[in-house]
Amino acid sequence: MYRSHVLVCGGTGCTSSGSPRIVEALKTEIEKNGLKDEVAVVQTGCHGLCALGPIMVIYPGATFYSLVKEEDIPEIVSEHLLKGRIVTRLVYKETVTEEGIKSLSDTDFYKKQHRIALRNCGIINPENIDEYIATDGYEALGRVLTEYTPDQVIQTILDSGLRGRGGGGFPTGLKWKFAKGYDADQKYVCCNADEGDPGAFMDRSVLEGDPHVVLEAMTIAGFAIGASQGYIYVRAEYPIAVKRLQIAIDQAREYGLLGKNIFNTGFDFDIDLRLGAGAFVCGEETALMTSIEGNRGEPRPRPPFPAEKGLFQKPTLLNNVETYANIPQIILHGADWFTSMGTEKSKGTKVFALGGKIHNTGLVEIPMGTTLREIVEEIGGGIPNGKRFKAAQTGGPSGGCIPAEHLDIPIDYDNLISIGSMMGSGGLIVMDEDNCMVDIAKFFLDFTVEESCGKCTPCRIGTKRLSEMLDKITKGNATLEDLDKMEELCYYIKENALCGLGQTAPNPVLSTLRYFRDEYIAHVVDKKCPAGVCKALLSYQIDPDKCKGCTLCSRICPNNAINGKVKEAHVIDQSKCLKCGACLEKCRFGAISKK
Amino acid sequence: MKSLEELRAIRERMQGQIGLRNDNTDQIRVVVGMATCGIASGARPVLTALSDAVQSKGLANVTVTQTGCIGLCQYEPIVEVIEPGKDKVTYIKMTPEKALEVVDQHLIKGQIVKKYTIAEVIG
Repeated sequence: MYRSHVLVCGGTGCTSSGSPRIVEALKTEIEKNGLKDEVAVVQTGCHGLCALGPIMVIYPGATFYSLVKEEDIPEIVSEHLLKGRIVTRLVYKETVTEEGIKSLSDTDFYKKQHRIALRNCGIINPENIDEYIATDGYEALGRVLTEYTPDQVIQTILDSGLRGRGGGGFPTGLKWKFAKGYDADQKYVCCNADEGDPGAFMDRSVLEGDPHVVLEAMTIAGFAIGASQGYIYVRAEYPIAVKRLQIAIDQAREYGLLGKNIFNTGFDFDIDLRLGAGAFVCGEETALMTSIEGNRGEPRPRPPFPAEKGLFQKPTLLNNVETYANIPQIILHGADWFTSMGTEKSKGTKVFALGGKIHNTGLVEIPMGTTLREIVEEIGGGIPNGKRFKAAQTGGPSGGCIPAEHLDIPIDYDNLISIGSMMGSGGLIVMDEDNCMVDIAKFFLDFTVEESCGKCTPCRIGTKRLSEMLDKITKGNATLEDLDKMEELCYYIKENALCGLGQTAPNPVLSTLRYFRDEYIAHVVDKKCPAGVCKALLSYQIDPDKCKGCTLCSRICPNNAINGKVKEAHVIDQSKCLKCGACLEKCRFGAISKK
Repeated sequence: MKSLEELRAIRERMQGQIGLRNDNTDQIRVVVGMATCGIASGARPVLTALSDAVQSKGLANVTVTQTGCIGLCQYEPIVEVIEPGKDKVTYIKMTPEKALEVVDQHLIKGQIVKKYTIAEVIG
């Protein structure tokens, strides 16, 4: 038995900032201090505060060390683990108070969070099935198989009001009911782990931090709809998630929690992994199933819906990772418990991946109905460098921008749609006054152009044309007529594209047009980029009154575009200027400005 | 896995260990002095014995942790039991055997082992 557990984050974020080296160093130091039999080192999943990684938590006491470096380890081991003295210097600043170290759950970042889908992430070792069982794992499956009928399971999910967390927000219970309704010799349960939105990584974190929860939920779903085989379609670009899922599947098989005659009830269910090659369109349900079948990942028209004819033309249930992560908790605590959280039509919690211009980049799980302001200003810790909030982008390339005037809107599926955005999978990118909204729309459109599978014309050609129009605007060559044409094209694509990817592709353009039309007008009419991003519309100027003639800028300019004599005002040759901004950054007298 | 009982047996076995990862503030805290003075007079086996006993007996409401020197070096190893809403109890000159007695009497049955408390020993 160990008297202390050192939990080191092994999520992708902390792994890339060096947590494997921390684990090695810890083991060496612990051995050196003769603590090998007293202190356990455990690698966990994501803690959420990715910006402060590598993260390390020491129990008992839950002392939260952030930005841990290899060279700090000897001190932490000899002081904290041996002598019990917390190394305050290295502890997460937010938890340090005059009275001592306060609990992590009292910090701004964690205070308003409520973790259901992420409840085990950062707490258990994802590669150890026993630790999952210790936190009530597989209890829900056991109860379902021994005490429930399939209809009772579906009714519980229906009553909970759970809606699909992958983006669409379709009621999960209804999906299960439809899938159960079709008779067939073989049915399938699939898990969509092909998380493709730029900036979203909540599914990856669940798979890395708590893979068994997905296996348990899929098995429950298999029982409910009458399926015996499950597939998890996961991106090959998530190597840690793939590895941990495979370990989890092997362990579950060994324990007889997957396979034949589970819990001695005669129910058989098994799960296999299918790796995606990283095409965004494969996150669309019909394309995903086509890909599992071994074909090129292209969507197909619906109906027939997957519940009737899905994978291999058999009735299929497909849910997203985060949706599954809620299921065992709903079974254990009941639908009433789940409906006590959230808003009228959106129950429970939602995980968001916070990114962009914000202090606490990372993963947060909040009850539905929390306002954007709470997420940005309190949990996210506000915007760095004293800049002003301009907009938040939700829903990735399918979503839209939420401007400052809607900061106080409670976040749920319907509210987001009513203001022209969508929940999406939960990427939340914060933008400040230095972001150009036309440029943002262009970024997402370029992504869609790249990822369009090419099957239908509105998407293949339409998004390309949209991107070209945006390019024209950012270069200052567009007219007001082009704006109208662009808007018209947006609606055309929305109505005529084959799958969700194409139908939602114009959203970034439409929502920025809706809230930031003046910025588009500035690009088109005044040929200016108010945020100073679009290079073609920028010019760098030197104020002759402020320039001291120090020559620094002319020496730093990579294209020799700045001329002038020592102690005389310098001048930028606009025909040679590359608009890289190096001179502006270096000038010590504030003489250079961009317009 | 053939039954819920089998599953629950694994959970019981594991819970003592996972219980350590608890950030609950209304826990009973058992604090062992582990400064140089404590370690020199044998605090480490005391800490290990306490921690093992609490986990193997599944005392989910007890946290065993360490602290530095509290200034009574001649009485080390010192173990303090801090229960929310009650006076702190300080045991001195502890050994692993005495520590186990404290677990059984004090932590489980709620009866202070008077003969090892600082008030009793140095009176």
